Amino acid sequence: MTPQLSWYLALSAVMFTIGVAGVILKRNAISMFMCIELMLNSVNLTFVAFSSFFNNLNGQLFVFIVMAVAAAEAAVGLGIIIALFRNRESLDVDDANLLKL
Amino acid sequence: MIIADLFQTLIWIVLAGLAIGSGIAMVVQRNPLYAAISLIGVFISFAGFYLLLGAPFIAAVQVIVYAGAIMVLVVFVIMLLNVEEEVRKPLRLKFLVPAAIFGAAILFAQAAFIVYSVGDSPVRVPNADAADSQIGLTKTIGTGLFTDYLLPFEITSILILMAIVGAITLARRQTVLLLVEEDYDGKKQVERRPVKIDKL
Repeated sequence: MTPQLSWYLALSAVMFTIGVAGVILKRNAISMFMCIELMLNSVNLTFVAFSSFFNNLNGQLFVFIVMAVAAAEAAVGLGIIIALFRNRESLDVDDANLLKL
Repeated sequence: MIIADLFQTLIWIVLAGLAIGSGIAMVVQRNPLYAAISLIGVFISFAGFYLLLGAPFIAAVQVIVYAGAIMVLVVFVIMLLNVEEEVRKPLRLKFLVPAAIFGAAILFAQAAFIVYSVGDSPVRVPNADAADSQIGLTKTIGTGLFTDYLLPFEITSILILMAIVGAITLARRQTVLLLVEEDYDGKKQVERRPVKIDKL
């Protein structure tokens, strides 16, 4: 019995939920950022699984573009985190609940 | 053939265990550096899944872009900012634990539904053997990217350019030009020079 499409979908759902739980539970801005990356990756797994099982190329092209957007998001997000740390001396998101200093 | 199928399933189970274990470790871990290393484990196991699905190009890009570039950037920022371990604090919301249990129950129901219904649905794989499929190869992906998806590709490059400029602007130390009045051996002099300030 080879791995089925449903296995990949269930695994992807589990990984996405772990990411959501991390975003809700974590307080550190960098940890929340990494959980968001995990959520993006679980969606990528769904794309590639559908692409492979339906023999359709489009899913993998979407994954490529999602990866490029994730890289851009990483650069800007980490820049924001550095600016946040410089202004508040803390990475705790509860300390940064106001945009104003 | 049966041996090959069994072997594939075995690899799938090992990779799934690695992915779920590393994911949970990442959320439970209080030190962000260890969380980053667990996340690299998740990325590596996902690259293994892409190989199993017959997508070698996406697997390579996963390792290069995610496990390579993005995680190096994250680890670099963690070390630059000298992040300490998270302290244990009471939960922000009182109803978070019941809500989490409720959410976990919904997740399990959904996963069971996916396995039950998609597994039995009459979805047929047109070309079940991933080995002679042309889909995941670099050549087909390149052709698709530069014909049908040319406009998204160009928009992505503009987006990355904007991200580069934005990241430099955000992370740069603020420099301002101040008028500095100074005495050089009795003569008063006004000069303009850049002064670095840490805070706005």
